[in-house]
Amino acid sequence: MSELEFREAVRDAIAEEIERDPAVVFFGEDVAAAGGVFKATPELHERFGRERVFDTPISELALAGAAFGAAVTGLRPVIEIMFGDFMGLPMDSLVNQAAKYWYISNEQASVPLVVRSAVGAGGRFGAMHSQAHGTWFQGVPGLKIACPSSPADAKGLLKASIRDDNPVIFLEHKRLYSVKGPEPENELATLGRANVVRPGTDLTIVSIMRGVPDAVAAADRLAQHGIDPEVIDLRSLRPLDVETLLESVAKTNRLLAVEEGPRTGGWAAGVLGAVAEEALHDLDDAWTLTTAETPIPYSPSLEDSFLPDPDAIVASVTERLRISTAR
Amino acid sequence: MIGTGTTEAEAPAAYLGRYAQMLLIRLFEGEMHRLFLQGHIHGTTHLSSGQEAVPVGVCSALEPDDYVAGTYRGHGHALAKGADPEALAAEMLGRATGVCGGRAGSMNVIDVEHGLVGCFGIVGGSIAAATGAALSAARQGRVSAAFFGDGAANQGYFHEGLNFAKVLELPAVFVCENNFYGEFTPMAEVTAGGGIAARGAAYGLPARVVDGNDLWAVRAAALEAVENARSGAGPTLLECQTYRHYGHSKSDPASYRPKEEVDRWLARDPLVIARGRLLESELEERQVSAVEDETRERLERAIEAALEAPFPDPEDDAAREFRE
Repeated sequence: MSELEFREAVRDAIAEEIERDPAVVFFGEDVAAAGGVFKATPELHERFGRERVFDTPISELALAGAAFGAAVTGLRPVIEIMFGDFMGLPMDSLVNQAAKYWYISNEQASVPLVVRSAVGAGGRFGAMHSQAHGTWFQGVPGLKIACPSSPADAKGLLKASIRDDNPVIFLEHKRLYSVKGPEPENELATLGRANVVRPGTDLTIVSIMRGVPDAVAAADRLAQHGIDPEVIDLRSLRPLDVETLLESVAKTNRLLAVEEGPRTGGWAAGVLGAVAEEALHDLDDAWTLTTAETPIPYSPSLEDSFLPDPDAIVASVTERLRISTAR
Repeated sequence: MIGTGTTEAEAPAAYLGRYAQMLLIRLFEGEMHRLFLQGHIHGTTHLSSGQEAVPVGVCSALEPDDYVAGTYRGHGHALAKGADPEALAAEMLGRATGVCGGRAGSMNVIDVEHGLVGCFGIVGGSIAAATGAALSAARQGRVSAAFFGDGAANQGYFHEGLNFAKVLELPAVFVCENNFYGEFTPMAEVTAGGGIAARGAAYGLPARVVDGNDLWAVRAAALEAVENARSGAGPTLLECQTYRHYGHSKSDPASYRPKEEVDRWLARDPLVIARGRLLESELEERQVSAVEDETRERLERAIEAALEAPFPDPEDDAAREFRE
């Protein structure tokens, strides 16, 4: 089977949906002529023309607001807000306009809109170009939040997001763009459904995006020391698939949520709360591995130490479960 | 050629219908005021009495399937675009028969069937919504209009929206209802530069100051702007100068406005101006009175029916977070 690069998966998903549905349009800052700052969308402009793919001013409020207005009048816009950190600017359009429309209109119309952004730390981009905004939006009813961890999911989830009739916040982790993996088995992935990416028996590790391959790497190492973790890719922060987690902890009795972000107000803490509320009887232990409660630092030594990488996951598990990794 | 610009549409009889729409808005707002004081309407509400010529003049230049985005002072925007007064009143009253089933309330009315993309509770929100609707409208041969107040001209939405619409040459009409007060603060104290219309020029938009209390003037300016938009000549900014008869919201007695200023504007009541002008034409007093009576009766029936409608039952409310 041919290998698919994450950034190609993004581009192919958009291209296939533009081809499939005349209502789909794609616009953002530097996405057309330049092909995107992370080179995720090259050649779409040349292939589909200015009517379907175009550059906009650096004007996130107008960009997202216009996408909302277009979405409720017949188009299906996919927009790029270049870095997730910029999502503070269009927040009114997304939170007050797009998210609420279906409900407060009494279901007269919904908002088929996808807002893509590059997110996450590890690229030495500093405090204002490294955040993941998923949790900023997680408490907003009416929004879906998709966060793929693999090229196959990037394609399947993005295509599903574009076909979804609701506004979807779509997160693309910067340290995944160059990752290669198998093509998706199914054309569409289901939004709001978690995925067991590594079956195991002793501990459930749940994460999203870059945290998923990191958790799998950590799990493989832990397995050599006699503990066999199950790794779950949440894939969506809203809706939250608690069911898959409950099934897993019923088997493993332990839950670790690994989040590239602070514990306070984070999704990891929310996941622990949801599982505890419904399955406290299944839990022997549950904890989070998150970042320090500070902005994201720039210096490589500081940023590397800030991130929960495979070493940190292994250390967290062995310490918590008092497992010796000495050989 | 568009149907609205014809001689027939300029005949006095056509203006009689537009005057009736203005009166409907005035009477509707009066009823909302009464129902609020009686405790039937909750939270807050923002009345547009005194500003009726702007939405009626602009919407008279639009086709029924053109798009409009309005503000939290939006009852006039909704009625001028064709919303049913009974469904609108029921919405204010929080009833199940409301245009949004009672889920939206006064500030956030949406009426998709009549091209009302929405009314937005955040100052300036209508500008981006209408800009986006213009992206669709460009493909559909339609036009999209945004109503917003003078306060919105200091929001990012205004500056970003006008620039965005001009860069893409979208079929949009930006209609500022300048009532000279942003909530309780005089516009002049918080608005730099040479006025709102002047800001349009900065973005390359044709812009003009319009007597917002003169239905004929608003309609003429809107017809030109709509025609430009529909023919591909891009967006226009209209600064319609007007005045609200009530305070900003129901908690505001508007004591900050000098009495002489209020009197001066009340003397230029858009309904009085329109009525006078109709009587100067070939129309007779009895024709005008007959339409006024009809409008009054229509509104009375609407309010009565709305008051009799049931509240939504939380047990039956099949609210779904997402469209499946």
